[in-house]
Amino acid sequence: MSEQILKDLHLFYPEITLTITFCAAIITDLIFRRTSIVVSSVVMIGLVITGILVLGQSGVQASIFDNMIAVDPFAYFFKMLIIITAILIVVFSLGSSELNSAGRKLGEYYSLLVALTLGMVLMAGASNLLMMYLALELSSIASYILSGYTREAPDSSEASLKYVIYGALSSGLMLYGISIIYGLTGSLDIYAINQVLAQGNYNTIALLIAGVLAMAGFGYKISAVPFHFWTPDVYEGAPITITAFLSVASKAGGFAMMIRFFKVTFIDSNAVSVPVGVWASLKGFEWYHLVAVIAVLTMTFGNLVAIWQNNLKRLLAYSSIAHAGYMLTGLVVLSNEGLAAIMLYFVVYLFMNLGAFYIVMLIANQTGSEDIEDYKGLGPRAPFITVALAIFLVSLTGLPPTAGFIGKLYLFAALLNHGWIWLAVIGALNSVISLYYYVRIFRNMYLRPSEQQQVTPLNFTMLQKVTVLVMLVPTILLGLYFGPLVQLAQASVKIFGTP
Amino acid sequence: MQLMGIGVLTWLTFLPVLGMVLVLLIPKDQKDAIRWSSLIVTLIQLLLSIGIFMKFDRGMAGINSEAGMQFVEKATWIDIKSIAWFGRIHIDYFVGIDGLSVTMVILTALISAVAILSAWNIEKSVKGYFALFLLLDAGMMGVFVSLDFFLFYIFWEVMLLPMYFLIGIWGGARREYAAIKFFLYTLFGSVLMLLAMIALYFSVNVYIDANGVIYSVTEAMKHGLDGLEKMYTFNMLAMMDPGNYVPGSLLAGAHTSMRYLAYVALFIGFAIKIPCFPFHTWLPDAHVEAPTAISVILAGVLLKMGTYGLLRISFPIFPDAMVHYSWMLALLGVISMVYGALVAMAQTDFKKLIAYSSISHMGVVTLGMASMNTQGITGAVFQMFNHGTITAMLFLIVGVIYDRAHTRGLNEFGGLMNQMPKYSGIMVVAFFAALGLPGLSGFISEAFALLGSFQTFRVLTMIAAVTIVITAGYMLWTLQRVFLGQLPEKWKGLTDMNTREAIMLWPLALIVIFLGIYPSPILDMMNTSLNALAGILDQARHATTMMGMN
Repeated sequence: MSEQILKDLHLFYPEITLTITFCAAIITDLIFRRTSIVVSSVVMIGLVITGILVLGQSGVQASIFDNMIAVDPFAYFFKMLIIITAILIVVFSLGSSELNSAGRKLGEYYSLLVALTLGMVLMAGASNLLMMYLALELSSIASYILSGYTREAPDSSEASLKYVIYGALSSGLMLYGISIIYGLTGSLDIYAINQVLAQGNYNTIALLIAGVLAMAGFGYKISAVPFHFWTPDVYEGAPITITAFLSVASKAGGFAMMIRFFKVTFIDSNAVSVPVGVWASLKGFEWYHLVAVIAVLTMTFGNLVAIWQNNLKRLLAYSSIAHAGYMLTGLVVLSNEGLAAIMLYFVVYLFMNLGAFYIVMLIANQTGSEDIEDYKGLGPRAPFITVALAIFLVSLTGLPPTAGFIGKLYLFAALLNHGWIWLAVIGALNSVISLYYYVRIFRNMYLRPSEQQQVTPLNFTMLQKVTVLVMLVPTILLGLYFGPLVQLAQASVKIFGTP
Repeated sequence: MQLMGIGVLTWLTFLPVLGMVLVLLIPKDQKDAIRWSSLIVTLIQLLLSIGIFMKFDRGMAGINSEAGMQFVEKATWIDIKSIAWFGRIHIDYFVGIDGLSVTMVILTALISAVAILSAWNIEKSVKGYFALFLLLDAGMMGVFVSLDFFLFYIFWEVMLLPMYFLIGIWGGARREYAAIKFFLYTLFGSVLMLLAMIALYFSVNVYIDANGVIYSVTEAMKHGLDGLEKMYTFNMLAMMDPGNYVPGSLLAGAHTSMRYLAYVALFIGFAIKIPCFPFHTWLPDAHVEAPTAISVILAGVLLKMGTYGLLRISFPIFPDAMVHYSWMLALLGVISMVYGALVAMAQTDFKKLIAYSSISHMGVVTLGMASMNTQGITGAVFQMFNHGTITAMLFLIVGVIYDRAHTRGLNEFGGLMNQMPKYSGIMVVAFFAALGLPGLSGFISEAFALLGSFQTFRVLTMIAAVTIVITAGYMLWTLQRVFLGQLPEKWKGLTDMNTREAIMLWPLALIVIFLGIYPSPILDMMNTSLNALAGILDQARHATTMMGMN
C-alpha cells in the first residue's frame, strides 16, 4: 500500500508544490510582515513551478492513490486553466488599489489564494466521492475567507456570511446524496459505483434523489439556478480579484468535478460507441434531462436579471451565471463533442471574463466606482481600455469575429448535431437578451457624455496595458483562427478509464 | 484578376480594413487627412469594381457551380485533422462572384464612395466616424463576395457593431433607442441564421483528398474513394447540391418539416434585413435617427443584403421549401408594398417618408423574386440595384436640405424650386425615378418584377399594382409641398447645392437616367446567372408537382 503511494507520488507533485507554496507563504509572511511583495513573489514562483509540473503531465493517463485522484488529459486541461487563472489573479491583485489601500496586510490573502487554487486543482482530478467532497470544502472555506477579505466594507462581510450559509447547506445536501449513493452501491470510488450500477439492480428513485442532492453541491460551485443565490451578493461584495477568480477558476473546478462525476458514474459503458464519441446514460436514470432544465433556467435567469443591474460587478456576476448555463448545455449532449465544446468555451471564457473583470477593476481603481452610471463618457477619457472592454463584452455576447462566437458556435453545433434543437434555440435567443445589457455598458461609455464637470483622461501604466493585451489578443485571435483551440479541446476530453 | 498577387475580391473587401488602420494612425485633429484618405480608399474600391465590370464574363452562370464563378479565390483557413469522433474540420476562405453578386459589389463600391462624400461635414470625432464607416464597408463587401457560409456569417455580423455606433453616436435625438433596436432586431435574425447554418453544416458532406482538393459526393463516386476523406462543409455551393446531403441527416431529403423549419429560420434572418412586413419596425427609427451618410448606406446597400441572402442562400439551398412558401413570400411582399406606401403617404417627416417608401420598394423586390421565373427575379435584382441608387439619392437630397434648414418637416417648406434650382432639378429626377416614371431606371425593374409575378400570382400582382398609383400620389404630393407654391419668408436665405453635393448626386442621377433608357449593361451581367437560378427553382417546382404536393 505505502509502496504504491510512493510510486504514485510523482504524479502528485503539482499539488504538493501548491501545499509547500501555501506553507512557504505563511512563513514568509511571518518574517516579512511589512512587505507583502515578498509573499506575492513566493506565491507567484510557486504557481509558475506548479504550472510547469502540470505541463509535464501532458498526455498521462493514470489513477493514483487507489483511485482517489485521476491524472488524465481532462484533469490536465482544467488544472492548466485554474493555474493560469491563479497567476493572472496574482497579477491583478498586485495592481488592485482596493486591496492595497489602508495598509492592509496581504500575506494571508496570498496564502489563502494558494489554498483556494489547491482545492480547485484537487477538484479537477478527484475521482472518489470523499475526495470530491474534501476538495470542494477546501476550496469553499478558502473562498469564504477571501470573499470577506476587505472586511471594513460592509457588503464584504455580508457576502462572506451568505456564502458560508449557502455553502454549508449545499455541501450538506451533497454529503447526504453521497451517503445515499454509498448506501446503494457500497463504494465511494466512482468507477466502482459505475460497475455496481451497470448491473442494473438499483432503486431508480433513490438514485435520482441522490443525483439531485449531489447536483446541489456541484450546482452551488458553478452557481447554477436554483443554487445560485449566493453568487450576486458574493460577487458584488468580494474584492474584485476574488470575484474574477471565483467566476472562472471555481467554475472550472466545479465543472470538471461534475462532468467527471456524471460521465463516469452514470454512463452505461457497454453502450458507448467509441468511433462517434456518443455515450448513453444508465437505464432509468436520465439525469441529462435534469441538467437540460437546469441549464435553461440558469442562462435565462442570469440574463434576465442582469438586465436590471446597475453595478457592473453584479452585472458580470449574473452574466457569469448565464455563461454557466450555456456551458451546462454541453453536458446535456452526452457525447465527447459536447465536452469538447464546454472545454473550448472555458478557454475563451477565461480570457474574456477575466479581461472584463480586470478592466472594471482598473477603472474602479481610478474612479472609485463600479456603477454603470459612472461609465458615462468614459470612452474618450480612456480610449484603449474602453475599446478593450468593448471587445471583451462583444465576445461575451458571442459575436464574431471574437473568440466568444467560436465558443457558442461549438456549443450550438454539439446541440444541433445531437438533436437538441429546442435547447439550441433557447441558447441562441439568450445571447440576444444578453446583448441588451452588455450594450448598456458601451452605450454609457461612448454614447452618453460624462456628467462630471471636469473630465480628465484616465492614465494606465504600461504594465496594466500589457496585462490587458495578454487577454485581449487571444480573445480576438482565437476568434479568427480557432484551429489550435479546437485541437486542444478535442485532445482533452479523455477521462481516465472511460471510453 | 490579380493585383500584387492578391485577388481583386480580397482587395475589394480588405482595402477598407487597411483604410481603417490608416485612419486610426492619423492624429485626431488632422480631420481633412482622415476624410481624404477614406475617400481615396473608397475611390480605389470603385475603380476596382469598374475593372470587374469591364472584365466580367457575361456568359458564365455561377449560382451553384464553382466553375461558373468568377474572380474566385480559395484558400484554406481552418484545417483540423480528423480524430476518431470529431471528423475533419476544414473551412475555406472562399470568395467569388457571379451575375447575382456582381451588381451588388458594384453598387456597394459606388454607394460607399458617395456616402463618404456626403459625410464630409461631420465634425464630431471624425476619426472614429470614418474608421467605423470603413469597417462597415468591409463587412458589406465581404457579404456579397463570400461563397462560404461561415465567412458570409462573419461578415454579416461584423457590420452590426459599426452600424450600432454610427447610429448611436452620430445620430439624431432618439439615436440610442434606434441603435439598440437595430442591433437587437438584427441579432435576433442572425442567431436564427446561425442555427440554420449549423444544421446545414451537419447535413452536407463532401470529400477531401490529401492535397486539400474538395470533391462533391458525385465527383467522388466517379473518382473512387481511395485517399479521400469525408467531411462536413460550410461551402454554399456544396449545400446547393442535393447529392451531398448525408442520408438521414437533419436537412436531408426534400419537403421535410426540418427543411421548412430551417428555411423559416433563415427567412426571418433575411426578412429583418430587407425589411419585410412584419419585421420592418426598426427601419423607420434607424433611418430617421441615422446621419445622412448612414441612411444612404442603410437604404442603398444594407437592405439589399436581406434580399441577396434569400437569392444566394435560401433559393438554391432550399428550392423545395421556397416553392412551398413562395405564396407567403409574395404575400409579404405585397403587404410591404401597399402598407409601406400608405404609411408613407401619412408622413410629415421627409426622412420617415423615404424610409417607408423604401419598405414599399423593397416589397417589389420580394414579390418579384417570389414569382420564381427569370423575368421576376431579373426585375427583383435590377430593382435592388435601382433602389440602391434612387433611395440613396433621396436620402442625400434630404440631407442637403436638412444641413441648411435643420428641419425635415415637409409642411414647413414650399416653393424651393425658385430658391434652389439646381437642387430641385436633381430632386425631380430622383422623385420621378422613385415613382416609376418610364424612361428612368425604376420603371424598368418594377415592370419586370410585376410582369414576372403576374404569371405566378395574378390576384396579388393586381393588388400590388395599386401601389404604383399610391406611390405616385405621395411622391408628387411631397414634390408639391416642398418645391412648388409659396416660399416661406424664413427660407429666403437658403443656398443652392454646392460642388461637393453636386459631385455626389450627379453620378447617381446619370446612372438612373442612363439605365432607364438603356438597361442592358446591368441586365446583361445578371441574365445568365438568374436564368440558372430560375432553372433550379423550376426543377424544384416540377419535382413538387410530380410528388403531388403544393
